[in-house]
Amino acid sequence: MAITQLSVFLMNQPGALVEVIRSISGAGINIRAMSIAEANDFGILRIIVSDTDAVCSLLGDKYLFSRTDVVAAKMSDRSGALYPILTVLNEANINIEYMYAFTGSGSEEAYVVFRVNDVKTAEEVLNANGIQTLSDESLKL
Amino acid sequence: MKKYYQPEIETAPRERILEIQNEKLLKQVRHVWDNVPYYRDLMMRKGLTPDDIRSVDDIRKLPFLSKADLRDAYPYGLLGTDLKNCVRIHSTSGTTGKRVVAFYTQHDIDLWEDCCARAIVAAGGSEEDVVQVCYGYGLFTGGSGLHGGSHKVGCLTLPMSSGNTDRQIQFMMDLESTILCCTPSYAAYIGEALKEQGYKPEDNKLKAGIFGAEPWTEEMRREIEKSLGIKAYDIYGLTETSGPGVAYECEEQKGMHINEDHFYAEIIDPDTGEVLPDGTVGELVFTALDKEAFPLLRYRTRDLCVLDRTPCSCGRTHVRMAKPMGRSDDMLIIRGVNVFPSQIETVLLKEGYTPNYQIVLDRERNTDTFDVYVEVSPDQFSDLMSQIQKMEKSLESALRTMLGIGPKVHLVAPKTITRSEGKAVRVIDKRKLH
Repeated sequence: MAITQLSVFLMNQPGALVEVIRSISGAGINIRAMSIAEANDFGILRIIVSDTDAVCSLLGDKYLFSRTDVVAAKMSDRSGALYPILTVLNEANINIEYMYAFTGSGSEEAYVVFRVNDVKTAEEVLNANGIQTLSDESLKL
Repeated sequence: MKKYYQPEIETAPRERILEIQNEKLLKQVRHVWDNVPYYRDLMMRKGLTPDDIRSVDDIRKLPFLSKADLRDAYPYGLLGTDLKNCVRIHSTSGTTGKRVVAFYTQHDIDLWEDCCARAIVAAGGSEEDVVQVCYGYGLFTGGSGLHGGSHKVGCLTLPMSSGNTDRQIQFMMDLESTILCCTPSYAAYIGEALKEQGYKPEDNKLKAGIFGAEPWTEEMRREIEKSLGIKAYDIYGLTETSGPGVAYECEEQKGMHINEDHFYAEIIDPDTGEVLPDGTVGELVFTALDKEAFPLLRYRTRDLCVLDRTPCSCGRTHVRMAKPMGRSDDMLIIRGVNVFPSQIETVLLKEGYTPNYQIVLDRERNTDTFDVYVEVSPDQFSDLMSQIQKMEKSLESALRTMLGIGPKVHLVAPKTITRSEGKAVRVIDKRKLH
């Protein structure tokens, strides 16, 4: 299942970020979640958008980007909700490269995004423990 | 104090120098013809035999040698004697993956060291002096050359090599060095380091410096002289002509005297190969008159220069060359190391990159900075930060292995490297060298 995250290579200099965001919002596309991993000269902007294919066409050959399958697990937005999710993954020996979270439309709804070394097993083991995971379809709100 | 290391030859009348050159040239052409099939073949293709070369006026008939020949002849193709007669190699950058290897017999080493000794005496050196040699030692000719010359003069020689500036300063002050030999940028760096440690120019015992291996301006000379409290002398040479010492400055500092008893100098048009009259700027070409193991005839240095044959007030009668004023190829000198952009291309292709790159050079605190920007292709792009950083480190390591110095690699998005009229600008050199 998994959801598609787009990773965009950006130069770490003034204007780089505003430019790419301008393109995306200009096309009426909603960014559901984002994070930036930064290094000295460059950064990787990771985004989950409401229309992945449209953003890919937009980025076209102006940007260096890639698609990555990531796991998005549903959780309640309250204290103690993340811990069981991490425990399940840990016990299944799933390696987490990075994670970030975003809130949902409901008042206590949140999602945590993981890049893991084994998407299939991660989803299986989360679902088996009653933790709901998202698909690309469920994002198209 | 002696003014010349070898007064008889350094002040020899022009007729005597010409006599020596002609005598040596005939022997050398015969030596190359007999021992270097690669060059004999080049001569034969021009319909030449040693009998066609009767004097230095005939040198212009001989075929040129260049880096490309050294690359093709690697490693033994230009060797002029049996390996068992060779006692050393030195090496310098080639244009691609192959290095240039120069061979030396003991005789070649002696001649080379004599040339460096002349330079040291011209800078005021004698057996009373303490010479601190901070050129790199090893395959690079700088350290070994000045070291050998210093020995010949009888100076106390400090074989420091480059780097470890704190130790350089410690020895300089404690052992009271009087002559400093290193690259001009390292000299400037040492000057600043001394100041930072609280020393004034008059605190050190240095009286002179012999600087080379990279281009340096008159402005830089004045800065070094002021900061170290010395007179700064220029020296020139290349591995292909043994090393430093082919030419050196005397106290007049109006150009560098070429050791004409060992090297015949010509200035040519880099495009046509035509020999140009004295006073015209062109490419410097050297013919080694008495080297045995690596006897290069008409070697194109790619340095642009001009010759001055008017008499020098120092009394030396050997022709003077101006400071090199540019290159007729794309070679760069970075921290004293010769770098060809084509070497970088070789590495990029080998590491699986499309060679869309740009070299940016600048100078910070008297040291060259060396950055290489490389475009990443979409199929190489990874979502993981650690992967990209690993790619950068890996490329840095591969470049360091090829070049001998390590640039800082910056991976960039495709199409970000500036193009002017469709052709990418490969080198941005912000240093003011000439």
